[in-house]
Amino acid sequence: MKILVCISNVPDTTTKIKFVNNNTTFDINGVQWIINPWDELALTRAIEIKEANAGAVENITVINVGLKTTEPTIRKALAIGADKAIRINAEPKEAYSVAFQLAEVIKKEKFDIILCGIESCDYNGASVGGMLSEFLDYPSISAVSFLNIENRQLKLKREIDGGYEVISIITPFIGIVQKGIAKDARIPNMRGIMMAKTKPLQVVEPVQVDNYTEFVSFFHPKPKTACKKVDPENVKELVNLLHNEAKVV
Amino acid sequence: MNFKLTEEQKMIQQAAKDFAERELLHDVIERDEKSIYPTEAMKKIVDLGFIGMMTDPKWGGGGMDTICYVLAMEEISKIDSSVGVVLSVTNSLVIWGIETYGTEAQKEKYLRPLATGEKIGAFLLSEPEAGSDATSQHTTAEDKGDYYLLNGTKNWITNANCASTYIVIAQTCPEKKHKGINALIVDKNTPGITLGPHENKMGMRSSDTHSVMFNDVKVPKENRIGENGFGFTFAMKTLDGGRIGIAAQALGIASGAFERALKYSKERKAFGTEICNHQSIAFKLADMAVKIENARNLCFKAAWLKDQHLPYAVASSMAKLYCADIAMEVTTEAVQIHGGYGYVKDYHVERLMREAKLTQIYEGTSEVQKIVISRAILKG
Repeated sequence: MKILVCISNVPDTTTKIKFVNNNTTFDINGVQWIINPWDELALTRAIEIKEANAGAVENITVINVGLKTTEPTIRKALAIGADKAIRINAEPKEAYSVAFQLAEVIKKEKFDIILCGIESCDYNGASVGGMLSEFLDYPSISAVSFLNIENRQLKLKREIDGGYEVISIITPFIGIVQKGIAKDARIPNMRGIMMAKTKPLQVVEPVQVDNYTEFVSFFHPKPKTACKKVDPENVKELVNLLHNEAKVV
Repeated sequence: MNFKLTEEQKMIQQAAKDFAERELLHDVIERDEKSIYPTEAMKKIVDLGFIGMMTDPKWGGGGMDTICYVLAMEEISKIDSSVGVVLSVTNSLVIWGIETYGTEAQKEKYLRPLATGEKIGAFLLSEPEAGSDATSQHTTAEDKGDYYLLNGTKNWITNANCASTYIVIAQTCPEKKHKGINALIVDKNTPGITLGPHENKMGMRSSDTHSVMFNDVKVPKENRIGENGFGFTFAMKTLDGGRIGIAAQALGIASGAFERALKYSKERKAFGTEICNHQSIAFKLADMAVKIENARNLCFKAAWLKDQHLPYAVASSMAKLYCADIAMEVTTEAVQIHGGYGYVKDYHVERLMREAKLTQIYEGTSEVQKIVISRAILKG
C-alpha cells in the first residue's frame, strides 16, 4: 500500500499578517514557513500506520505544489518520516489549479491512500481535497478524524452531529482529514533530520492550467475592542449597551 | 564568515523548541518545586536523539556538529535547564570523553549504549575539598595489578542516580601530583558504590544531584581511559568542550527570561501605557538583547572552532564566562521588569534567575574561566 500526503507550505500560525500592493498581496517578508498543521497531522498518522503495520505500507510520499522556496518545508516532512517527496514546480495561486496539478501527478504515480488536510491555515480554502476527488474520480471522505488498518481493511471515523460515523472504504480514496487524526504532529528526531537531505525529492514541471479565481483584495477584521464592564446592579445600562451599542437585543 | 544557519540546523532548533514547549513547560514549575527528575521527558529526549546527537553514527549517534548541539541546548534551557544539564553532562563530558579518548572495546561496551540514549552518563570530578582545585584529588584509585581499587567521595554529581556509566577522576600516584591522576569508566552498579541524599539545590532542582561514595570499589584495568596518569589532562580536555554546552545552557536561560520579559512588557500597562513604552524598561530590554546577541556569538564561535578542529579551549572559556555572567544579569532584569509578578513562581523568571546562578559555578566557576583566559592572553 502506498500513501500520499498532500502538504501546503503556509506561514507559521503566529505570523503577523500584513498586506502590500494596495492590499492585494500578502507580505511574505520575514515570514517563517511551516507545513500546514492539518497536513502535518495527516502525515503523522500515515507514519503511525506504517510503523504499526509492518510491511502493510510500502512507502509514504509527500507532494507539494510550490516553487523551490518551499523545499525546506518539504525536507521537514521527510525529516518527520516521509520516504520521498514530489514538488510540482508552480506557484500555488488557487485551489482549482493546485488540485489539477496534483491530479495530473497522481494519475501517473498511483497511490492507495491520498490524504489532504481539511484546509490550509493561510487562505482556508478547504477545496483541494474535494476537487482532487473529482479530477481523479476517486471516492473521498471528508472530516476524517480517525484512520487505521484493521484486519487488512481500512477503517475511518468521521465526526457528525452528536457522534461519529464508522466507515470502511476501498482504495484508492481521498481522506480529507481534520484535527484528531493524530494527537500531536510528530517532532522530527535527529536521525530523521540528518536522513532528510538524502531522501529523494523529485521536481515535476507543471501542466498548463488556468486559474479560475483571483484575489482582488484583502482586509483585516476590525481589531477587538476592550471588554466593557457593567456594574451588576446597573441592569439599565447593560440593556442600553446591548440595545444601542451592540444592537443585539 | 557566515552567520546563516543551514536548513538542518534550523530544523534542529525548531525540534528542540517544539519538544521543550510540548513536553517540559507544562510541569517545569512543579518539578522544580518538588525536585522531581523529568523521567517521562527524558524518554522522549532519547527518542528524539538529543542524547548522542554529536556522536559518530557508527556508534549509534546523530553525527551532528557542535552548532546543532548549541542550538538544541539553548532552546531546551529556555524552558528547563535541569534537562539541559542532563544533556550537557552526558553529551559533552561522558560521551565525548569516551568517543575521543576511549579504546574500541570501551566504545563498544560503553559508548554505544550512551550514544543511543539507552544509558545516561555522569562525570565525577568535584570532591568535598577539590572543586576548582581539581589537582587535589583525594579519591584514590590504587593500582592492584589487574584492577584499580577506588576509595573516596565525589560531590555535586549531576546525573548521579539516573546515570549507569560514570567517569571517575581519581589519584593513583599522589607523589606524581596531577600526573598521577587517572580517569576510570565505572559501572554505577559496581559493589561498594553508595549515593548520598538528593541535594536540595537553589535552582536546577529537577536535575539529579548527589554525593557518591566509593568504598573498595574494584574497577578493571581495561576501564582506564588513556595511558596511566592521563586522567587530569583528560578531565581538562573534556571540560573544554563541556563549557560550550554550559555556555549554551546559560544562553538559553538568558534568552528564555528575555523572551518572557519582552512579552510581559508589551502586555502590562502602567501610567496609561504598556510598560515597554517607558524608556526605563525599553532600555533594559535593549541592554538585555545586546548581551544575549554577544553571548550567542561567543557561543557559536567556540562551537565553530571545535567543529573546525581548531583550538577552542580559550574560546569556550570566554563563552562560558560571558554567557553565565549575562544569564545572571539578564534574568535579574527580567525579574525586575516583571515587578512583583516576577518574584512569584508562576511567571518562571525567578526560577530562571536561580538557574542562572549555577552556570557561574559549575564546570569551572567564572573565576576559573578568568584564570584560563588570562593565562592564555598573558602567554601570548
